[in-house]
Amino acid sequence: MSEGSRYSVGVDLGTTNSVLSYVDLAAETDHPAEAVLEIEQLTQPGVVEARPQLPSFLYQAHEAEVSTAELSLPWGQSPPQLVGYVARHLGAKTPLRLVASAKSWLCHGGVNRRSDFLPLNAPDDVVKTSPLAASAAYLAHLKAAWNYRFPDQPLEQQDITLTVPASFDPAARDLTAEAARSVGLNRFTLLEEPQAALYSWVNRSGDSWRDQVNVGDVVLVVDIGGGTTDLSLVAVTESDGNLELNRIAVGDHILLGGDNMDLALAYRVKAKLDAEGKSLQPWQIQALTHGCRDAKEALLSDSDVQAVPLVVPSRGSKLLGSTLRTELTRDEVEQTLVDGFFPQVGIGEHPRQQPRGALTQMGLPYAQDAGVTRHLASFLCRQSNAAQDFFGSAQDFIKPTAILFNGGVLKAPKLAQRLISVVNGWLQQAGAEPARLLDGADLDLAVARGAAYYGYVRQGHGVRIRGGLASAYYVGIESSMPAVPGMPPPLQALCVAPFGMEEGTETSPSQQEFGLVVGEPVTFRFFGSTVRRDDQCGLLLDYWDEAELEELPPIQASLPSAGRQAGEVVAVRLAARVNELGTLCLEAIPRDGEQRWQVEFEVRDV
Amino acid sequence: MEFNPVMPTSIDALHLILGALSLILLAVALVRGGSKRSEPVEAQPVQTASAEAADAPEPKPAPVLKSNDPESALQLLGLLQQEARFIDFLNEDLKGFSDAEIGAVSRVVHEGSKKLLDQYFSLAPVRTEEEESRVTLAAGFNPAENRITGNVVGEPPFTGVLVHRGWKVTKADLPKLAEGHDPRIIAPAEVEL
Repeated sequence: MSEGSRYSVGVDLGTTNSVLSYVDLAAETDHPAEAVLEIEQLTQPGVVEARPQLPSFLYQAHEAEVSTAELSLPWGQSPPQLVGYVARHLGAKTPLRLVASAKSWLCHGGVNRRSDFLPLNAPDDVVKTSPLAASAAYLAHLKAAWNYRFPDQPLEQQDITLTVPASFDPAARDLTAEAARSVGLNRFTLLEEPQAALYSWVNRSGDSWRDQVNVGDVVLVVDIGGGTTDLSLVAVTESDGNLELNRIAVGDHILLGGDNMDLALAYRVKAKLDAEGKSLQPWQIQALTHGCRDAKEALLSDSDVQAVPLVVPSRGSKLLGSTLRTELTRDEVEQTLVDGFFPQVGIGEHPRQQPRGALTQMGLPYAQDAGVTRHLASFLCRQSNAAQDFFGSAQDFIKPTAILFNGGVLKAPKLAQRLISVVNGWLQQAGAEPARLLDGADLDLAVARGAAYYGYVRQGHGVRIRGGLASAYYVGIESSMPAVPGMPPPLQALCVAPFGMEEGTETSPSQQEFGLVVGEPVTFRFFGSTVRRDDQCGLLLDYWDEAELEELPPIQASLPSAGRQAGEVVAVRLAARVNELGTLCLEAIPRDGEQRWQVEFEVRDV
Repeated sequence: MEFNPVMPTSIDALHLILGALSLILLAVALVRGGSKRSEPVEAQPVQTASAEAADAPEPKPAPVLKSNDPESALQLLGLLQQEARFIDFLNEDLKGFSDAEIGAVSRVVHEGSKKLLDQYFSLAPVRTEEEESRVTLAAGFNPAENRITGNVVGEPPFTGVLVHRGWKVTKADLPKLAEGHDPRIIAPAEVEL
């Protein structure tokens, strides 16, 4: 596919941790070994260590805070914006200078993702950065670390696969691509994270993966990371006697993950201490959250431990007498996490609030309902028609036959067991066979590993997952009806990109024409739907169920005035294309002439 | 009555930590010994010896000792303080505190030290046999790895009881420090604004 590229590199740009994995393309095998790059980074001022993860945090250090001599990296001076462990370390005590969850901001339509506003609500003299620039900073560090390790094989010359959540909208995908280009990485493709996890599983299972899944299987991929939960469904079909994998549905972007669980435990312990008359200061709660993370792992494993002591040492040099001691019991963890986050619910019980309510709110749209199983039930019901094209017969909810886990949270056996038992409870009630767990997955590093393997698959080795767009996309058109006072003009939605549109394909230009004023940007309302699977390009919707279409940030088309008179109105048609990167492009095509103008996704006013 | 079970555990934990520290320091010394950064102090003693005893018939070979570079020891102390509050703990006066209180704090020290040990060192026992079992040391055994005690007479092979299996650091990998980093500051003063 590409000349001069020695490695296929997978980059998992995570919400809380980033990982880089690579495969030697010269290996002549169907199941090559992936390696994970040990990323050299500052772990504290003046201290450099190589770790497999780069925490996705950025810290805007005050100029008096660290001396420049303490910011040396093996390849030179660190930029003033610190990333990785050192950022997390310093930010723990000075949160107002810390940028966290840049990735969640990247897919937050309510903000201008190019404008410098992070850290949110920080005082004026803290240098601000944008979600885009923060993502670029993590990539720049990964690139520097790679190029230090492989000076003869610079990263910009390798084939890179960047993973994005399956639920990322076109604008967020575009921005991820833009972040990569801004640090000089141009040879990359995008891959959805749950697919990457499945690729990793296929590669790790070796040839036996074909024995573990059969034609007719629907694999549910549940990915619960530090900050987000991502769901996908993959159907197993057959073509010419070979098994094929088809990604048939993806879930909403749910901001709910392991960090929420640690916090929930810390607040539970805090309540217990409050009842004993001991009040906690913010730094103690933070230390407690940290302690809860370790205690949780001990209590959720299969061991017989009934309680784990939690100790919060004093901040000063006197330890004795001022150290706080309490404990976390197995019951507390099970109530808070197993029942709190994975409640035993029926298939009909869905989150009380839609995950993305107000598009304009400032602050991240965290999931209001912490019940992962309720989100899962909602997803399976919403996607009840997803497998129809493959296996016929509509159902009241989609019935997975196999489950693949990903993300650190599901390393805890108790949580994994609960999740399976809830899903199997639904299946049993519906008279279906229980789903089986696909084992052998590497929950922490699977996404990066799978991404590296995907680059290898793209060269024609092994099985490839067919995906295409996981949403249909629509442009809103205000219909020209006489105005009725007090009523907004009725809105129609024109389908511009159908569900399942594949990489490298394009639609023919719409019949509908739009008048664009030369030299003036025109904004359209933009919608996506993960459930309207059969709408063809050009279909005009007059009516739809509110839950079917989700409004995305508006898109904008502008015609440069070159060759035309400013103010002139030009009739254009819209066409969609999915490029080789895997991102959607909308183009405006004037009726006369061959030119095409890009329609921009990320156009919030500055 | 609650305290009874606490006492032995806390004392155990304490000993474990102290044991771990001495091992780490020993390990660092050993690793340093093998690395090229430690400079053997050969030249100087030889010169002074020849100057003082110029008329001696045969200058005795000077004992070869190497001086330890304190930098990595300081770095290790810094890590122990940051991860395990080690210096804070050793500087506490334990008088007047109950074993339960000391036990609670020793958890901090134990957890932190263990984390640090696992992160930067790989340890393996020198001998894999069960302790208290009988082992035989063949002629030419390495006396640095096997220390013989008690009734040390005769010629090898020696047969005796394995009292302690020993520990050997198989990998020591401390973080790299920036040129301008002062390792003597093992914990900076913290001022909250």
